[in-house]
Amino acid sequence: MTAEEWTAVRLSLLVATTATLASLPFGIAIAWLLARGKFWGKSVLDTLVHLPLILPPVVTGYLLLLSFGRRGFIGSFLADEFGIVFSFRWTGAALACAIMGFPLMVRAIRLSIEAVDRRLEAAAGTLGANPLWVFATVTLPLCLPGIIAGAILGFAKSMGEFGATITFVSNIPGETQTLPSLIYTLTQVPGGDAAAMRLTLVSIAISMVALLGSELLARRIGSRRQTA
Amino acid sequence: MSLEVDVEHARGSFQLRARFTAAPGLTALFGRSGSGKTSIVDIVGGLIRPTRGKVIVDGQVLVDTERRVFVPAHRRRIGYVFQDSRLFPHLSVRHNLLYGRWFARGNGGAVADLGAVVDLLGIGHLLDRQPDSLSGGEKQRVAIGRALLARPLLVLMDEPLASLDEARRAEILPYIERLRDEAGVPILYVSHSVAEVARLATTVVIMAEGKVTAVGPVLDTLPLADANDGGSVLDATVSRHDEAFELSVLTTAAGELQVPRLGAPTGAHVRAYIRARDVMLSLRPPEDISALNVLGGRVASVTPISGAQADVRLDCNGALLMARLTIKSVERLALTPGRPVFAVIKSVSFERT
Repeated sequence: MTAEEWTAVRLSLLVATTATLASLPFGIAIAWLLARGKFWGKSVLDTLVHLPLILPPVVTGYLLLLSFGRRGFIGSFLADEFGIVFSFRWTGAALACAIMGFPLMVRAIRLSIEAVDRRLEAAAGTLGANPLWVFATVTLPLCLPGIIAGAILGFAKSMGEFGATITFVSNIPGETQTLPSLIYTLTQVPGGDAAAMRLTLVSIAISMVALLGSELLARRIGSRRQTA
Repeated sequence: MSLEVDVEHARGSFQLRARFTAAPGLTALFGRSGSGKTSIVDIVGGLIRPTRGKVIVDGQVLVDTERRVFVPAHRRRIGYVFQDSRLFPHLSVRHNLLYGRWFARGNGGAVADLGAVVDLLGIGHLLDRQPDSLSGGEKQRVAIGRALLARPLLVLMDEPLASLDEARRAEILPYIERLRDEAGVPILYVSHSVAEVARLATTVVIMAEGKVTAVGPVLDTLPLADANDGGSVLDATVSRHDEAFELSVLTTAAGELQVPRLGAPTGAHVRAYIRARDVMLSLRPPEDISALNVLGGRVASVTPISGAQADVRLDCNGALLMARLTIKSVERLALTPGRPVFAVIKSVSFERT
């Protein structure tokens, strides 16, 4: 593989890992709200979270450009106040991936929170645990397999994200050129087929390792709970 | 300890209206399923917010809807042993037991001693197991220990034996008795089993259709309990064993009772529960009958419970005995208050105390 290809692979791993880890706390919080919350506008929140799944990725990317770009209302605020810039940076690619993977992540975590027996949470309350402790010591450990599944789904989605990323942060080698972007570029130039095939295989390998890893992890958690 | 409950709660078409004060020891909430027993313990434990009313434990107001007081469950220090044990599946038995103690550490006073509780409940060999691998009886003992180690001011038990078979119940009952007598923690105990209540309770609160129908000491109150399965409780002492016939002889206020050989030693106190439908009445001392136990007494009252049946309460030398007869028999024998009769007891069930 060429240096350019390695750079794209490394960048994709960095972007996907950052997107997954940074969105996970938000994903758990939103999933908990949707699973357990009773508040006005819950269905609106649910729709908003699912929106990136339904919208064309280009539209999501364009909306990100409008809001998080240099002149966007959020983007200019973040750049002026905190010096955080998303547009045409790898951080922007991570943001686009996080948003695109968010619905999948929230869905998996929400289902696992809904499956946690609320009677156990009530029991923890009678033993003196306040709601935050109940969440940390009962709900969270019991829905861990769902959280892992959600994180892996988010990661896999991030590895493959193309449309929103290229719209929002373009396709700059070394900065925003992720694995899918490079594959796309290679298919557009004469003689790029061999390289595109190599990267496709790398892409498949990474996805399979991630999926297998999550399967093993979930099984280990499950078996520890059964026996031990 | 004192527990004062005076609450109203509406859930759909079901109306709960309950008012009682619990004395130290074990207070049993007794009644059929659907009578509102579990709603009451849920209100005391803080799992349900009552529509109206007050709950006061040891002078501390936990609920007062008029003053908008509602102490959340985790700050009440009220242990709860659920019917379905509800052990945390992701924690070992040891960590289940220690869960509540960790939150109770700021409450002052002596630290609840894991060793003492483990010994009391006989669960030392289970500490490193996972809840999934325990039997139903073991789970309930661990659940009781878990509630105790949170150092509660009061322990609620909602039919803790209901999901267990007869053998497992017999295995746990002694531990609940030890808890009542040795640990000194007041217990509010929900049950629909007369035998359990007769054996365990100090005070009984009888409930029917969302209302408290009677409150009082177990000997006086339990006979009023259930229209379908009434009975009376007699305090008894084992006076001797008749080894030849494998019988035990008990002394009660009402007279002597002969029963199948008990495991209890001579001098032990036992509580005998006699179901009303197991008592026959005769105007003359019955002769040549197979029943061993005949007690003399006077009719105290006759209460019709349906068109066909009546409960006859007897005063047997100060002890209360109940008989379930047909109205036809009541009229044939002309049973009216004051009339001397002989009660033939067909069977006695025993509960050690």
